[in-house]
Amino acid sequence: MSSERKIRVAVAKPGLNSHDRGAKIVARALRDAGMEVIYTGLRQTPEQIVETALQEDVDVIALSILSGAHMTLFPRIMELLKQKGLADVLVFAGGIIPTEDVPALKKIGIAEVFGPGTPTDTLVEFVKENVRKRE
Amino acid sequence: MFDEGRLNEIVKERKRWEKTTVPRWVRRHPERKGEFSTSSGRLIKRLYTPEDVKGLDYLRDLGFPGKFPFTRGLHATMYRGRLWTMRQFAGFGTAEQTNARFKYLLKEGETGLSIAFDYPTIMGCDSDHPMAKGEVGQCGVAVSSLRDMEILFDGIPLDRVTTSMTINGPAAMLLAMYVAIGDKQRVPRERLGGTTQNDMLKEFFAQKLCIFPPKPSLKLVTDIIEYCARHLPKWNPISISGYHIREAGSNAVQELAFTLADGIAYVESTLKRGLKVDDFAPRLSFFFASHNNFFEEAAKFRAARRLWAKIMKERFRARSPRSLWMRMHVQTSGCTLTAQQPVNNIVRVALQSLAAVLGGTQSLHTNSFDEALALPSEKAVRVALRTQQIIAHESGVADTVDPLAGSYYVEALTNEMEERVTEYIDKIDAMGGVIPAIEKGFFQREIADSAYKYQREIDQKERVLVGVNEYTVEEDWVPVELLRVHPKVEEEQLARLQRVKRERSNGRVRKVLDELHDAAKRDENLMPTIIEAVKAYATLGEICDVLRGVFGEYRELIVI
Repeated sequence: MSSERKIRVAVAKPGLNSHDRGAKIVARALRDAGMEVIYTGLRQTPEQIVETALQEDVDVIALSILSGAHMTLFPRIMELLKQKGLADVLVFAGGIIPTEDVPALKKIGIAEVFGPGTPTDTLVEFVKENVRKRE
Repeated sequence: MFDEGRLNEIVKERKRWEKTTVPRWVRRHPERKGEFSTSSGRLIKRLYTPEDVKGLDYLRDLGFPGKFPFTRGLHATMYRGRLWTMRQFAGFGTAEQTNARFKYLLKEGETGLSIAFDYPTIMGCDSDHPMAKGEVGQCGVAVSSLRDMEILFDGIPLDRVTTSMTINGPAAMLLAMYVAIGDKQRVPRERLGGTTQNDMLKEFFAQKLCIFPPKPSLKLVTDIIEYCARHLPKWNPISISGYHIREAGSNAVQELAFTLADGIAYVESTLKRGLKVDDFAPRLSFFFASHNNFFEEAAKFRAARRLWAKIMKERFRARSPRSLWMRMHVQTSGCTLTAQQPVNNIVRVALQSLAAVLGGTQSLHTNSFDEALALPSEKAVRVALRTQQIIAHESGVADTVDPLAGSYYVEALTNEMEERVTEYIDKIDAMGGVIPAIEKGFFQREIADSAYKYQREIDQKERVLVGVNEYTVEEDWVPVELLRVHPKVEEEQLARLQRVKRERSNGRVRKVLDELHDAAKRDENLMPTIIEAVKAYATLGEICDVLRGVFGEYRELIVI
């Protein structure tokens, strides 16, 4: 019986926004669901987030932002991920992101944007269903 | 309040009722839930009777408004004399845009100003800082120098308004700018009225907007308290806050307990500076959330006043009656607003405001219904203001003082709140106070646990969130155009900043920044030097960088 590698998730807070209640709850919920979770802490630059993703060999990045700076920070993050060969990492976002921005974000590779009120089980299911398969 | 004999009869009847009337009814009409509880997990009884307040002594525990222990209110006539200040938190984009919003709010009847700054400003960074990219003006107004502040207050006389500034790390710099504007307007400094939030302790475990490490942060907080005690007698140097603690996920008891613990720490810090308690205590102010559980919130505000009055009297031996006053500002709880069916938020805010008014607040901000989606639009913030005005003028609740007093439930809740808060304060004392508790991660763990519990209750539908996990709709209705801050705000800010740097005397700026560096190294009160620096148009970032050099920068202790 082989042991299944746990799904590794980085929960990240890009930019100056310091609201971390949601991000921490997501981190805990994913951990309780059996995933390995790395929480980056606050005030991460895109470079820092991608470096963490690389160092920690994550399968998933969950971006939490409530400051309105997502249209500046997310494209940079996605670009850096591509540069570092991490284009197959599942990236999703949450926080306060206007619905009108979601199509543009999906276009750059953000798999889904989960608004306030999303049940934590929904996130767990989403990750399990959409994470890349590893040998 | 009832004699023992009569009370025993009531107890007897209550027991009879529970054995006969209740089961007979419940058999055919079961209660909606197995148990009902407050935000802080305390069971809510089916019924409260005199038995639940049997230890209550009217004169000792309630007394009269304006007299110790102030449970019933700070002032003898409360809202019959003067309504609470209607003070709407506002700020976005450039100083011009926020100036316009201020004028709009004043025109619509608000009675005090309150400034929301953008993230770069809050973190002591100028609009051109690398980390400011994409953030300028998004969550508040961008202020990088005195020039922005001058535009912000254009046409607003500082001797006729009071202004609250939600600013913590760079509070000294923003206060200095306000003083500089007052000087320019020729308003005597003794007449400047307002508040700087300036509450760094809660930043370390709740709002997380820290620039410097704890010790120097506390030094700056105390500098401001000391400076105001000596030079700005009408300024509230600090707004000791529970709001952010609550928003981060704590329950009502934790919100109050951790806020009071912070208050105790600030009093101790200022006493260590050599001031006498009565010299500064009258100007300490507080800031709480008003959350969903109506009666728990009202009880919280009443218990808060009684607790602080006792702390000041017994622990700190304050003599001046004003030192015992807990003056509070309340904001309706942001985290209770829903993105789904946002118009419902009007109802939430109305109920939360009512609890704050029945709780006897001095000042109130009401959230706008679109705030789970964006910063308040003009129409939505008008409704928020109208909510306060309707409560004030149409509901009648402001026409008598502390009308909830005597309710068996409310008095029992108030007493219980006091007991449980006291337990927490004793626990924090035993740890050595707030700073050791922060270092141990105590507050962070308590808050994270409460937040997670609340979320699980929602996920499992133990807690109904109307429009979110129950009563949902497919097509939503948002009757306003949401506010969006235009990206060109950032360009405008950068251009202005460059012009400020060109037009000022850079020699003077260098000199005053050197003076600041020396003063910081000598551990002097930095307010006078910071005032000089802002007047020379040193930027916020430049001033904070000097202090970063001396104090270092903060690294967060992460607790999930």
